[in-house]
Amino acid sequence: MTFSANHPIIFIIVGVIIGIVVAQSVFFLVKAYKRGLELGIARSTLNATIKRSALFTIAPAVAIFMGLVSLVNLLGVALPWLRLSVIGAVTYELPAALQAAESMGISSVSYTDLTAQQFVTIVFVMTFGIAASLIMAPITCKKITGGMLKVKDKDKKWMDVLMTSMFVGMLSAFLGFIVCDLGFVNGEAGVEFHYQLEYWIPVFVMAISAAIMAVCGILIKKLNWKWLNDYALPLSMIGSMALSIPVTMIIT
Amino acid sequence: MTYMDKMHKYGRIWALITCGVILAFPFVLAIIFGAWPDFLTFLNALYPIAITFWTVGIIEVITYTPMLGVGGTYLGFVTGNLSSLKVPCALDSMEKAEVKADSEEGEVISTISIATSSIVTIIIIAVGVALISVLMPVLESDILAPAFDNVLPALFGGLGVVYISRYFKIAILPICVMLLLFIFVPLLDSGTVGVMIPVSMVITLIYARYLYKRGKV
Repeated sequence: MTFSANHPIIFIIVGVIIGIVVAQSVFFLVKAYKRGLELGIARSTLNATIKRSALFTIAPAVAIFMGLVSLVNLLGVALPWLRLSVIGAVTYELPAALQAAESMGISSVSYTDLTAQQFVTIVFVMTFGIAASLIMAPITCKKITGGMLKVKDKDKKWMDVLMTSMFVGMLSAFLGFIVCDLGFVNGEAGVEFHYQLEYWIPVFVMAISAAIMAVCGILIKKLNWKWLNDYALPLSMIGSMALSIPVTMIIT
Repeated sequence: MTYMDKMHKYGRIWALITCGVILAFPFVLAIIFGAWPDFLTFLNALYPIAITFWTVGIIEVITYTPMLGVGGTYLGFVTGNLSSLKVPCALDSMEKAEVKADSEEGEVISTISIATSSIVTIIIIAVGVALISVLMPVLESDILAPAFDNVLPALFGGLGVVYISRYFKIAILPICVMLLLFIFVPLLDSGTVGVMIPVSMVITLIYARYLYKRGKV
């Protein structure tokens, strides 16, 4: 068969794989929903969870799609579609693809120039280079969650603190990440000190998002606008992303 | 058989299926196009990638499994984007549904949240792929670039204000440590956040344990 990175057969195979992942998601959704009803959780709460999660997902999913767009000129559409719909993040996929290309002596990757062998090599490296969690998670899940249950049985209050701490730890690392372009940074000419306003843009966006969230919290409490609960986080995300455009324009 | 036991059983069956099809994909392409990689070239390329991403992957499994729960783990590690989407989404849902992460109710809400998020992500990407020729010029425009460059600050600003105000005592030390590290250590950049998440978690757990032992949390 004549090779093309956008060959219809690749789209069909990718579509089938993604279809299987959707089937898995629907299966777990239905099982959890039924169990929720058995446990006495109100149907309205379960439906609200679905609605809230869907709303929450829109902005990050569009950003994931942006990652796909950035890979299209290198690898065509079908392969990034698969890799970013399952497992992948562009921060993992791009280095894997470039490393594979480099090992074949390709300095500038473009899907229109790739031979079948080069493309298949890239697919092998991306698939097996980023497969650890896919393989490890089902092997270790029972052991890890079982260990957590033991901690809970021993000291329930500590278990609550432990779960909170894990998320707070993750959050703290991301707050650090947001200021990573500020201060001492490895630049082209060695270590540089960044203090200029342009490096503060992510901090400003974070502050705007926090402010929108705080205003929503006040409105929910003071005016009893409980409906806003479902929209507060998506609103703060999309609002601050939109406002990052004029903020960037003013600063740069 | 309890609900959790059933979820483990179904989870493993699905994992076999999804792992199977995802790992089979390159072999299928090689057969269809009659082109196989040169084994040494493949190993050369795989080695540096595997060293980095297998380490990160194993750390991610240990780190995120407790937060995702049983159903969430079997699903989340297939559909990916855990720290930037699935974990915050599940935690926000459990918070709003007023259930605890370590309860069966929490497990149910977390699974529903991650499954919904996975389905919506896949739909949005599929619609984007179908309309890619129309969307690419719009999405690649310079005007919209800042919005998509700042998804994580937008997400963690909103989440941060909720969690920091609620768990201020636990959060203050790790936040200060992470801010100082990322500002003063040039080696730490956007690519190292994955490594710093477990470091930050360990610091937070040690500090939280210290506060807990003294009855301050």
